[in-house]
Amino acid sequence: MTSDVLLQGINLTRRWGGLVAVNNVSISLKRGQVHGVIGTNGAGKSTLINLLSGEFPPSSGQVELLGQDVSQWAQSRRARSGLGRSYQRNTIYPSFTVLENCRLSAQAQHQQAWAFWRNADTDATTCRIAQDVAVRVGLGDALARQAGFLSHGQKRQLEIAMCLATAPKVLLLDEPLAGMGAEETERMLTLLQELKQDHAILLVEHDMDAVFRIADLITVMVNGVVIASGTPNEVRNNPEVRTAYLGDH
Amino acid sequence: MRHPTTFALVFFGLLALLPFVAGSYAVDLVAKIMIYALLALSLELLVGSTGLVCFGQAAFFGIGAYAAVLLSPTDGSTPSLWLSLLSAIVLAAVYALAVGALSLRTQGVYFIMVTLAFSQMAYYVVHDTPLGGGTDGIYLYVKPAWGWLDLDKSEHMYGFIWLSLLVGFLFLSQMLRAPFGRALSGIRVNEQRMKATGFSVYPYKLAAFTLSGAMSGWAGYLFAIKDGFVNPELLSWHLSGSVLVMIILGGLGHMRGALLGAFAFALLQELFRAEAVFGSYAKHWHLSLGLAIIACVAFMPHGLVALPAQLRERLSGRGNRKASVKTSEEQA
Repeated sequence: MTSDVLLQGINLTRRWGGLVAVNNVSISLKRGQVHGVIGTNGAGKSTLINLLSGEFPPSSGQVELLGQDVSQWAQSRRARSGLGRSYQRNTIYPSFTVLENCRLSAQAQHQQAWAFWRNADTDATTCRIAQDVAVRVGLGDALARQAGFLSHGQKRQLEIAMCLATAPKVLLLDEPLAGMGAEETERMLTLLQELKQDHAILLVEHDMDAVFRIADLITVMVNGVVIASGTPNEVRNNPEVRTAYLGDH
Repeated sequence: MRHPTTFALVFFGLLALLPFVAGSYAVDLVAKIMIYALLALSLELLVGSTGLVCFGQAAFFGIGAYAAVLLSPTDGSTPSLWLSLLSAIVLAAVYALAVGALSLRTQGVYFIMVTLAFSQMAYYVVHDTPLGGGTDGIYLYVKPAWGWLDLDKSEHMYGFIWLSLLVGFLFLSQMLRAPFGRALSGIRVNEQRMKATGFSVYPYKLAAFTLSGAMSGWAGYLFAIKDGFVNPELLSWHLSGSVLVMIILGGLGHMRGALLGAFAFALLQELFRAEAVFGSYAKHWHLSLGLAIIACVAFMPHGLVALPAQLRERLSGRGNRKASVKTSEEQA
């Protein structure tokens, strides 16, 4: 079972001056599981993702990816080793086409920096991956569109597609459902169910119905601290969580 | 000129025909502008393609130029063209590698300042040490040659500059279509995402910076050979600034914008300096050039490259914003 732990954060703490954004948080992500992280705004969910992905270093604690201590690794190296993430705010390449957004992401795993004579647009490997992931998230008929002109929901889908294009083993998804319509949400949840088979997924999300439906484990954070962690049922019935966050859910 | 290929064919075709129809003054002027165009191309690679605003391009240009003169044989024999060109390019590239390695650790306005500081360092080395001959500069007595190609002949020189610009343009255009160029574009548009995707952006930026320095050195080499003379002004920040204005005038994000911008800038300068046109007012050409550039930037925010699209839009009377955004982002 332990071999299935793909990503582990151990006693992670991040201070910003006097503010402790993430306080001694440990989390482990296993293949085949969606691990939901919920909490109020400012609870430290996004900071946790940033610490795991290497956007900035933790004040203390360590991160293990596929059993290896990657605490000192740059974000790009972690990404190449199978750690994919999406952002809460869209961080696509707005002036590129949908296909190029995905293709460039795929290129990260197939960098041929010195092949000046090759045309990126006709590169079989990256183009095939780009097409596959775009179709997979439901952007198959928008390949040639400029990403900046997509609808909000489509941009969220593109975020996921770009993440998948890097062939990650672990997915850290920061509010992938934010601002999505009902139909788009359904499609995304179905996709997450599929992806979970061979990925470990961390899902930060405000849509409680979605999280409780899809997550196998849920961690609840308040003010940078984990107040509860367990199966959806355990969390739902945890009195502390009920008072702190869920209200009458 | 919607199609970059058509533009390139017409542009380089006209330049090739020029010596057969124009007088020696015009040919000499255009040769000089083509050298600036090559320099502008090298800066476009940094500013327009990678999003790195470098304010020290003149240093690499000047190093290439001084290398051409300082490395020529002292016994008065004819320097080998390829050997001297190669050494000028390599020296400029090495300096760019060193400057880039340090300055690329900074970002935004700090990057601009650090590149400026490094170019001023190079400026004062040639200005204030015996190495560069001081403010008087140095003359180059024997110009390089290779086989029948003799750069002492102005038509050969013109041809060689034309070829250099063509090679530089084709090389960069292809490079931007290659995975490397796409990575540079990604860095320009969203560096954070590039890192999160798995690109180590520093080596990419350093490679682009070094390549750009090498191309500037190449342009500087041509400048020194053409005029047979170098002085510290070739490394001054005025030139770095002028080249920035050229690429902005032409339209950032387009290789052909750098070509157009270099011509527009130099021809405007030529126009406002002409006493035949402006009489005694011509001595204030700095003022009129400055006003003209402000007007250009104000009325053509996307540069000369986007002018046709802008005019079409104006004529059709529809505020079709999408079209102009698209044009400004597409790569030439």
